[in-house]
Amino acid sequence: MSTINKKSLLVVVRHSPYGSSLARTSLEVALSSATFDQDVGLLFIGDGVLQLLPEQDSSTIGVRNIARLIASFPLYDLETLFADKAALAQYGLDLQELPEKLQLLDDDAMANLFKCYDHILSF
Amino acid sequence: MIYSLLVLSSPCSGQGSVTALRFAQAVIERDHQIQRIFFLDEGTLAGASSMVSPQDENDTVQLWANFAIKHKVELILCVSSALKRGLLDSGEAERYEKTAATVHPAFEISGLGQLIDASVASDRLITFGG
Repeated sequence: MSTINKKSLLVVVRHSPYGSSLARTSLEVALSSATFDQDVGLLFIGDGVLQLLPEQDSSTIGVRNIARLIASFPLYDLETLFADKAALAQYGLDLQELPEKLQLLDDDAMANLFKCYDHILSF
Repeated sequence: MIYSLLVLSSPCSGQGSVTALRFAQAVIERDHQIQRIFFLDEGTLAGASSMVSPQDENDTVQLWANFAIKHKVELILCVSSALKRGLLDSGEAERYEKTAATVHPAFEISGLGQLIDASVASDRLITFGG
């Protein structure tokens, strides 16, 4: 794909890490987009912010670990990460433990973010 | 305008898959183009040739197939989502030593790259379900 034809893509993640196959699927779409050298961002909103929890152990439920997948993002240059500030507060997530590059957004900032991307895929 | 569709909804639950199909029909009726229709996650079940719908309900698989054949539109099933759900074309069935191919011939199995490629080539990428 030529760089001239790049389109920016925002992947909106709404699902908690192990409640639905869409949780992992949304991340795989973002990774795939990064692999093809596209301008891709990820926005975690609502229950989706739970995917950012660092200490996840999925071994006893027999599925692959979402936290490990998120930890691998820098290897794919996937570092444009946003999260819904209110959702993080609602779940009481400790900001110190979240990915370093994560940008926290309030409602107005999220509304503006949606305007910045050519395509928005909501999962 | 060039459109691509991403279908996440299962054809067995809710209206998302049929709504996507009707949207696609409306796009063509209004002289716009469909670049590609990409089925992901539960959406891939739209390509299940072994699905049997009750007589008084939509046969969503056949509706999609008829649409694709009539308008020469690409229907792509995400390979990892498809395999997980038992959707195999003859090549995959042989590869994984399964007894039968279960993907309708109007659909093609491919990778997520086809979705990214469609997003680049399209003015609008519309998601159904999720």
